[in-house]
Parts: sequence; C-alpha cells; structure tokens
Amino acid sequence: MAEIHLWGALRPAAGGASTVSVDAKTIRELFRKLEETYPGMAPHIARGVAVSIDGRIYRDDWGRDLPEGSEIYLLPRIQGG
Amino acid sequence: MASESTMAHPFEDAPNHVTPTVIHDPILSKTDFRSVGTRPLRPDGLDKVTGRARYGADFNMPGQLVGLVLRSPHAHAKIKKIDTSKAEKLPGVKAVVTAADLPDHTGGDQSMYDILENCMARGVAKYDGHAVAAVAAVDAPTARKALKLIKVDYEVLPHVTDVDEAVKPNAPLVNPRMLTEGVEPKPKKASNIAKRTEFGHGDVDAGFKEADVIVTRSFRTEQTHQGYIEPHACVASVSPDGTGELWVCTQGHFVYRNHCAMLLGMDVSKLRVTSSEIGGGFGGKTHVWAEPVALALSRKANRPVKVTMTREEVFRASGPTSASSIDVKIGARKDGAIVAADATLRFTCGPYYGMWAELGSMTAFACYDLKNVRTVGYEVLVNRPKTAAYRAPSAPMAAFAVESVMDELAHKIGMNAVDFRIKNAAKQGTRASYGPVYGPIGIGATLEAAKKHPHMKAPLGKNQGRGMACGFWFNFGGQTCTDINVGPDGSVTLTVGTVDVGGSRASIALCVAEELGVPYEQVKCIVADTGTLGHNDMTDGSRGTFSSSMAGIFAARNAITVLRERAARMWEIPVEHVTWEDGHAKAVGEKYGNLAPLSLKEIAAAAGNTGGPIAGHSEIVADGAGVSFATHIADVEVDPETGRSKIVRYTVIQDAGKAVHPAYVEGQYQGGAAQGIGWALNEEYIYGKDGRLQNPGFLDYRIPVCSDLPMIDTQILEIPNPNHPYGVRGVGETSIVPPLAAIANAMSNAFGVRMTHVPMSPPRVLKALEAAKKA
Repeated sequence: MAEIHLWGALRPAAGGASTVSVDAKTIRELFRKLEETYPGMAPHIARGVAVSIDGRIYRDDWGRDLPEGSEIYLLPRIQGG
Repeated sequence: MASESTMAHPFEDAPNHVTPTVIHDPILSKTDFRSVGTRPLRPDGLDKVTGRARYGADFNMPGQLVGLVLRSPHAHAKIKKIDTSKAEKLPGVKAVVTAADLPDHTGGDQSMYDILENCMARGVAKYDGHAVAAVAAVDAPTARKALKLIKVDYEVLPHVTDVDEAVKPNAPLVNPRMLTEGVEPKPKKASNIAKRTEFGHGDVDAGFKEADVIVTRSFRTEQTHQGYIEPHACVASVSPDGTGELWVCTQGHFVYRNHCAMLLGMDVSKLRVTSSEIGGGFGGKTHVWAEPVALALSRKANRPVKVTMTREEVFRASGPTSASSIDVKIGARKDGAIVAADATLRFTCGPYYGMWAELGSMTAFACYDLKNVRTVGYEVLVNRPKTAAYRAPSAPMAAFAVESVMDELAHKIGMNAVDFRIKNAAKQGTRASYGPVYGPIGIGATLEAAKKHPHMKAPLGKNQGRGMACGFWFNFGGQTCTDINVGPDGSVTLTVGTVDVGGSRASIALCVAEELGVPYEQVKCIVADTGTLGHNDMTDGSRGTFSSSMAGIFAARNAITVLRERAARMWEIPVEHVTWEDGHAKAVGEKYGNLAPLSLKEIAAAAGNTGGPIAGHSEIVADGAGVSFATHIADVEVDPETGRSKIVRYTVIQDAGKAVHPAYVEGQYQGGAAQGIGWALNEEYIYGKDGRLQNPGFLDYRIPVCSDLPMIDTQILEIPNPNHPYGVRGVGETSIVPPLAAIANAMSNAFGVRMTHVPMSPPRVLKALEAAKKA
C-alpha cells in the first residue's frame, strides 16, 4: 500500500486529505485506482499529472514501478517555454 | 557527495569564455570528454548570417494564396451575426472561413476546445484581437479589401483586463460557465477564478510565531510578450484527397501536427508538418494560432495559403505571459534561519483555463530549505489573449516577489543578502516547497560562486546600486525519437525531431560524435519533418538538448552494436571479440588482437556486403531532467531626474549539469538575462479603459536592444544530472527567473526604495522616488 501525497488542487477530490493510500505497483495502476476511488481526480489526470518517485519526476512514463516504501508525490504536469 | 574542484575564474581577462567550474560526481562513469565541452561553429550559422536560412515566411508554393484574419475590435462582445457574402463575391477571393468552417472535433477535450475557440471565436469574442473570420485571396490588397467587406454584428459585453479587478465579486464574467476548481464544496456560482491550488508542508502559522522578524509585501507584474523577432508564419496546403502539408515556424512541429489534425478532423498521418528555422519562440510558439485557420482556408480554396501575422497581430492575438498580483510573507529568526514562508499568487490566463499561478506557486520558494511553507495560487480569467508559456513560465514573477522580500528580510536582521540565502539554501535531501525531496542540486554552489565573484567586490558609481537574486526552474524531458544513419563514406546523419531554438543541433551532434568516437565535423544533424520520425514533444521546458542528446547517445550505442557486428563479419570472427574505441572497431583477445583496427569509414564502405545500411535508432521518454538553479548579480544606475534606469554590469551564475557546447550555454544565460532585464525595466501590455491594447508594436512596447545592455558575464557550474548519460541539465529557461528581483534589489540598495511593481519603468521609478522623499 503506497502513501500518495496530493498537491492542493487534488485534495478536494479526496475529501480534503493531503495524502491517500493506494495499493498500486505502477503509475498506470495508481492512476486507474485513483480514478476509481476518487472520480473527481479524473479530469486532473486527463489534463496531465506527473509523479515524483523518491524525488525523480515522471511526466509521461506510466509503466514506472512504484517501489515499496518509496515517497510518491503527485504534481501538475508542468509546461515550459 | 559531490566535491568541488578549485579553478581560477579568469573574469577580468575573458568574461565570456570562463572555464566551467566542475563538480565531479562519481555516479557518472563518463567524465573525460573529447567533443563535449568544445565550441565548434554552429552548423546553421553561415546560412543565418548570409540570409540563406529559411524561416516561416520564406516558404512558397505554386498557386499560393494570401490569408488574412479579421479580428475583434472589442475586448468582449457577442457575435450576433457575420455576413461574409460581399467578401466571397469579390473577384480574387478564393475562400472565406468563420467558426462554421472549423466544426468541433475535439470530442470533449476541454483543453483542445479552448484552442479551437481561441483560433476562431465561436459566438463570443473574448479579447481585443480575437479572430472572428479569415479570407484567402490571390494577393494581399484583395485580401485586405475582402476583410473590410465582412460585416460582423457585435453586442458589446462588459469586460475586465486587470488581475485584481477580475477577482472582485462583481467583476464582469469572462466565462459565465467557469466554476472554480480545487475548492470544496464545489461552487455553484461562476467566477473569474478558474482554479485554486496549494503547495507546501509544515505549519506556517506556528512557524511565524517563532519569527523575530517578519516581512510582508504585495507585488504586481504586468503582462509581457516573449518578443521573438520572427512573427508567426506558415504555408498550408490541403489536397481534395484529405492529405495536407504545413510549413511553419514552431517550437514543436509534431505537436502542431497533432493539434491541427484534431482541429481539422484529419488523420494525424495525413498531415505532414515541416518546421522552418525559428527566429525566437521562448514558449510563444508552443501553441497553434493561425495554423488551423490557414489549413481551413486551404481546404476550402483548394489552393496553398500563406498566413503571416503582423507584429500587431502577434501582440494582440498570440500568447503573452501572465500579469500577476502576489502577496508574500516570510519570517526569520535573528540568526538568519527562515521559520515560515507564505505566498498567495494570482496570475492571469486570458479567457481560458491555465496553470500559470500553479507554476508560480511551485517555483516561488523552490530555492530554499523551509520547514514551514505554503503557497496558494489562483488562475484568473481576463479579457486578454490566451496566456502562453514564456521561458520558465511564471517563475520570474514569483521570484520577483519572494527574492525582494528575502533581500528586505536580510537587511532587517543585519545579514548580508548572499549569506542569508546560503544559510537557507536548499540542498540534496531538502524537501522542495512543491513536495519531493531534491537529489544533487546547485543552488548552494551558485550562491558560493556569487559570493566569491569579483563582481561582488567591484566599486559602484554615483546613483548606482547592486542587487542579487536566485532563481529556479524544473526542466523536463518527454517523448523523443532520433535516428542515426551512417553514409557509405562514413559520415553520419543525425536526424532529430526537436526544433533547434538555441543551438541544439550542434550540441546533439557533439554528444553523438563523443559516443561514436568520431570528429564533430563527421556528424551532420538535421531536424526532420513529421513524416520521418516518431513523435517528438516540442522544444520547451529546456528539453531540446537534454532529451535529444540522450536519445542520440542511445541511438549511437545501437549503431555501435551494428558496427561491431559488421566488423566481426569483415574479420570473420565472433562479435564478442570486437570492441568499439575511438571511432574504430578493435579485435581483442590473444587470437585476434593483432588485427588492425577498422575505422567507421572502412566499415561503412563495406556495408553493402555485410548486411546493408548501418543505422541506429532510439525512441525514449526522457524523464529525469534535473532541476536548475541560478544566482544573478546586477548593477543598476538610476537617473533621479528622469527615472531612467541602466544596467551597468550583470553576471549570471548557473548550473548546467554538463555544458555540451559552452558557448551556447553562455548564450542561453545571456539571452534569458537580457529578456529579464527588458521585463524588469520597460516591457508591459498597456490596455485602455475600452479593453483594447494600446501598444501593439515595438515602438511603444520597448524590448532592450544591444545598446541598452552591458556585456552579460556568465559563469557555468557543472553539477552533473545523474539521470543523463553525460550529466546534462536543461539550461534554456532558468536565466530569465532572477533578473526582475536582482534589478529591484539593486534599485532598493541604490535609493532605499523598495520597488514592488514591474516593469520598473521611468514613471514608476520617479513616483517611487518622490514618495520616498515625502516619507
């Protein structure tokens, strides 16, 4: 069970919680289960959510493993100039 | 832990050819480079200085028509009716399009629908300059005449262009259906706040109770444009068989292809997009504007159509950055430790949803190691053009506010501004204010370098002040696809899909030459069209060199595998006994060690008899871009009679990870600083009470020219990014982040007046000086 840290814009979809626990082994599974459990997160995920795993940010690769005990932050999928 | 080597900084002798300060990292296996780190001539240089290079408006097709766009003269107006009949009957007019010619194919994708509506207003014009119709005619005079024959019946609506006015309860609604995201319970009443967001950790309120000194300030920055010299231009050609081609100036032709295909209802594979050379983009060419309109005109006219935006159109109807309004509060103990930091950021998005306050909220305090920190961002809708990214989008405004308060706080507790920042700087293991824990980072190193820099000790003249500030940007990677093809003479064609906006062709070629072990001159890098390679994300987020060099290195490794196999066949020995070294295949082992090495050229010459063409390919998602930090030092001279400010000396110190082509890295540092200086001192969108842009041209919107700037000194630090084979980080954006604050701090140090409104143009400086005198 991974503890997922949410940034502020996602928290209303989780009843105001700043972290949620999700049983997921990959980013893809994480997003699927978040959408199932917290439907309000679906528009954010569709728009783009990046995942920080132990400080390394993944914007695109949903196949990445979520290692046991790793620190996971969801972040906006940023734009650049 | 990294250890820093000590190298002299020959500042006085050669201010722009300094040797990078190298911080060795044992994570990286490759630290000795032959090609990487050199400064060869840029491959596009000769064409650009002789006028041979082809930019967006330089493409022409037989039978090409001229496309022009009719734009709203109102900031906000309902379009009751558009009558195009007279224009259509004008001889020489081949097509007229409105929103009716761009039906909605976006399938519920709100982001794409916003782009569609921005390209051509659908029932409501939402800003001065919003496209409402377009014509294609045999020549420009006919097209201009046709525009005048289009009759648009508007119902003018109330408008709002100011960020602080737009968030007031009774402000005119830009989008009557916009319900604020990110708040609970979900609002039932529409507002101009599209989204609320929040970042941070710890207990900010408890932290402030520990503070000996607290500084609270409010700041504003006005909207600016990227100011690229080349206006948007394209030639579109759509055939009756449903296929199309687009030649365009863009930062990302694959993304343009995908967006245009969706908006036109075409198959992606049937639209081929070729990028031109680019005369600047800085984020403004990451978004389609007139391109879908040109394609719609071509489809209707059955002729190629060229659309070239005028400078006025670029200002009124492309994508400038946000205007912002920011409140900052920071508390510290007398020993210099920050105990709490809080900021509220309101950023304009134009009439559509954006993530600009979100980016400001993430970057605002990213330079510092803070136990208690909170940022709250509000995306604000206004009747201005749709905001687009501008070089490290939103970070300069956030840094202006935070770094100004940091300086003021340092003064109040009696600490040197650099030492105060060093004491609170983030380091490896620090939890970033936006969440994750940092890996190896360079903010501390840039600050230490600034402290030692000769600029810090140089004497100041009359009416001069010195300021410094720090800046942060994320950088990112993304989808990247690259090919290497070895020619029969052993020369190498490197095909990339990331548009070269700042010298990336040379940089990527240097990395591939390094990996293959051949001279740089043996590798020719080209940017391919969308029919040639798999998808590449656009050149934004400082990703061009980071991503494509990574893909290029991997493609080179694949090509080396093929080259070893071919050498083995030529020698008739097992491939396991063949290595690759210095651009040659070498046989190893007692049995084969006496064979003479085979050069790449020799192996290429025999390719037809050993298996055919030799190539290497790579498609990757280049995640793992390392974050980037910079510290800038600015000396400003202010004329107290006129309020005119002049930058008399400027230094950029930034971490590059590994500087592949140091001259280009320096160019990026200087370019970002130059843009930041213009933003700090003069540039701003000025709207009248009627909501119309008053200064859509370079005469009234003043960007700095060479004579406005000193030679901008640079110092490259190299703290390798462990996620790139050569340690490369993006370098293109961070350098625009600190200038606003560094210059504001310099002005404050010169006159004791805290500037809180950017640009710090002469009228604002005079007003501040007069207010200070009265006080």
